[in-house]
Amino acid sequence: MAMIEVRWHGRGGQGAKTASQFLGEAALDTDKYIQAFPEYGPERAGAPMRSYTRISDTVITIHSSVTNPDIVVVIDPTLVGSIDVTEGLGDKGIILVNTDKSPKDIRKDLDFTKGRVATVDATKISLETLGIPMPNMPMLGALLKVNPLVTIDQLSERVKGKFLKKIGEEKTNANIEGIKRAYSEVKID
Amino acid sequence: MTKKNLIPFTGDQAVAYAMKQIDPDVVAAYPITPQTEIVMNFSNYVANGQVSTEMIPVESEHSAMSACVGAAAAGARTMTATSANGLALMWEIVYIAASTRLPIVMPVVNRALSGPINIHCDHSDTMGCRDSGWIHIYCENAQEVYENTILAIRIAEHKKILLPVMVCQDGFITSHAVEGLELFDDKKVKDFIGEYKIENPLLDVDHPVTYGPLDLQDYYFEHKRQQGEAMKAALTAIPEVLKKFEKTFGRKYDFIETYKLDDAEIAIVAMSSTAGTVKFVVDELRQKGVKAGLLRPRIFRPFPKEKLITALKNVKAVAVLDRSESFSAEGGPLYTDIKAALYDSGIRPLISNYIYGLGGRDIFPADINKVYVDLQDILKTGKVKTPLNYLGSRE
Repeated sequence: MAMIEVRWHGRGGQGAKTASQFLGEAALDTDKYIQAFPEYGPERAGAPMRSYTRISDTVITIHSSVTNPDIVVVIDPTLVGSIDVTEGLGDKGIILVNTDKSPKDIRKDLDFTKGRVATVDATKISLETLGIPMPNMPMLGALLKVNPLVTIDQLSERVKGKFLKKIGEEKTNANIEGIKRAYSEVKID
Repeated sequence: MTKKNLIPFTGDQAVAYAMKQIDPDVVAAYPITPQTEIVMNFSNYVANGQVSTEMIPVESEHSAMSACVGAAAAGARTMTATSANGLALMWEIVYIAASTRLPIVMPVVNRALSGPINIHCDHSDTMGCRDSGWIHIYCENAQEVYENTILAIRIAEHKKILLPVMVCQDGFITSHAVEGLELFDDKKVKDFIGEYKIENPLLDVDHPVTYGPLDLQDYYFEHKRQQGEAMKAALTAIPEVLKKFEKTFGRKYDFIETYKLDDAEIAIVAMSSTAGTVKFVVDELRQKGVKAGLLRPRIFRPFPKEKLITALKNVKAVAVLDRSESFSAEGGPLYTDIKAALYDSGIRPLISNYIYGLGGRDIFPADINKVYVDLQDILKTGKVKTPLNYLGSRE
């Protein structure tokens, strides 16, 4: 695998940074080289923010932010149309959006004719599994269907390692259930 | 579970973990912004009883370095950490630490100085205390941050050196990015750093000594001369430490790193994380047959003049990248130092300077590629049209 670059779009407080790190760390467990880093602007809840994950078979020396991502993940649906989420996304690019809309409708909204478009209602899934609107973990699950960068089991292990002590078994399992549900519910065009 | 056994750490976590393994006698640090997560993470190790360090949370960075000076003079292995305006507030005592010849090790997260107010990466904080008499090490990535923090202990405490060391990493780019790190065995780290025993401790009442006295026209000058000699001595003593580091951990380091420089016609000189991005561009250019290379100074003070000259001896056109503006109107600090070093050597590549990345302005492969295009043009025409350039700034 050449280097895969993922750009995450969210709003401050929605866990885009955490998602980018979990993906990187799960890939690290499979012996890949990784980078995961947020783009810090004015740090405030609700402000649009980006974070990035790089995964590679060889040492990653580049240290600038990602300009031509292979995959874009939009955690907050209200960012579609308000910022250019497809910026730098190439012909083979994939964009995954948290929305109840179909991939075809999002394609139209984004005016994105290339690559692939995927959608999943991650907010609904997190509400039903975790009881709060925290779509970042389901988005990770959906991402793995779109591109199996790591397996669901590898990601789940990482989630357990991170969450068990912090939020307890019940909520950790709810997060993993959300990941699995999004993996099976994501629609791809 | 993994073959490589890499641990996901940010640059901040890498420093804190190195500090945990070092287990210094005293850490005095200001715990609030502009402090980074280094101190927060290290405080966790203290609170969990994983280190035996006396942690002194102080009310300002000025006090942090003051407490470090006192502790180090007493004979404690002493560390602190800082960033940006925090370092600026330390200023007065930063000089005193060096002139008192106290081997304090201070990881610094390089960030811009205000104003205007900015919290992002550039090197103006540490370059601002370039002349303070500290040894400066600049790290490319979190792995190096980790290793250099351990290395710095032995450099600072080397009997021929006895100077404080700052270990610099790029703010946010390195400090807040997660990378996979290979960590050393606790025991190996302990063996490498050994026990620290100060020769003239302040608290040895049977052998009283004076630290920080009034030192006027009679001896101040001689003491400054000695300080200069210590920095010169560091040039020959640091390789001993590097050799021991290689023997212990199997990692070979030098004052500088060269990347595809042996047959390079054009080269960029850059420090810290940007050097990594330059490597990425060099690889691309090499595939197109362009003889491009990189020279990365890892240790900036003492200035490794001979190594730099030797590395550049076959290069025809050089661009030096500075992530700080010295406002000399003659270019950044790395550029003017390198130019001055080359003057006497008789090696005179066509040389130019690019100030870049101030206040965290990102530097992309396209920016670096532009510098190499400029260098190719300089090579062709034999002329440097604009010696001083601003890369990535709106003109």
